[in-house]
Amino acid sequence: MKARVTVTLKTGILDPQGKAIEGALKSLGVGGVASVRQGKVFDIEIAGADKSRAEAALKEASEKLLANTVIENYRIEVTG
Amino acid sequence: MKSAVIVFPGINRERDMARALTLISGRAPAMVWHAETALPAGTDLVVIPGGFSYGDYLRCGAIAARAPIMDAVRAHAERGGLVLAICNGFQIACEAGLLPGVLMRNAQLKFICRDVFLRVERSDTAFSRGYNAGQVIRVPVAHGEGNYAADAETVARLEAEGRVLYRYVAPDGSLDPAWNHNGATNAIAGILNERRNVLGMMPHPENHVEAAMGCTDGRGLFAGLVDHVARAA
Repeated sequence: MKARVTVTLKTGILDPQGKAIEGALKSLGVGGVASVRQGKVFDIEIAGADKSRAEAALKEASEKLLANTVIENYRIEVTG
Repeated sequence: MKSAVIVFPGINRERDMARALTLISGRAPAMVWHAETALPAGTDLVVIPGGFSYGDYLRCGAIAARAPIMDAVRAHAERGGLVLAICNGFQIACEAGLLPGVLMRNAQLKFICRDVFLRVERSDTAFSRGYNAGQVIRVPVAHGEGNYAADAETVARLEAEGRVLYRYVAPDGSLDPAWNHNGATNAIAGILNERRNVLGMMPHPENHVEAAMGCTDGRGLFAGLVDHVARAA
């Protein structure tokens, strides 16, 4: 089973890397960019076919390691 | 004072720390590999040194914080044992839940390697009894992610409980944004846990302990720890 965990900074947390990318896009003349926030994507293969068990494992992985919940949110998608 | 320095893959300041501890406590620390599950019996002080554990993969300190030895370090702290976490060690201690908050990328997006000035906010702790309250010390920093951040409630609590032990200041001891080199919230350089037996700080006091280093301002921190342990015994 394939899954994707997306980790993003919480609203209000300063993201200097996103700011730098935003500035670079603007200096490249890419139109219409209002703001950029950088995050992380984890593509994970889960053994077995039990979707609810997979979701539970991914939640545990996110809480214990993939995200620092002081500053980050995570989103889990099991894509089948 | 019996000390133990935890060694993770990618750490590179453990030898400086061992040298400083040997010099000031008169006793070489045990070097404890991250895969161990116990500390040497009778350990008074655990040091989590600086460096780049696991190449800063995922987040600085995130993977080291989940290493087997960290359960023993947590248990040591819960028993009231002393833990000194420097630089990457501070990041590891935050990720491990020993200290609140997080170390974000420096506000200027640059790796900073230079001497900074720290104000000792209080002298009545194990980690600062070698100094006077309000004293300014000069200590080096070397980090890219040292910008301390936490939610407003946590910061307010740290301040109200007097748990901000070291702050980035101008050479005369005054608060000045120009001297808060990494943009840390409230110019925080080092914080204590609730029981005041765990200190995390970004600067490297172990690198200012001998005349040959050009400054010995870092000695007081270690001398204070030795004194604290001797009195407790």
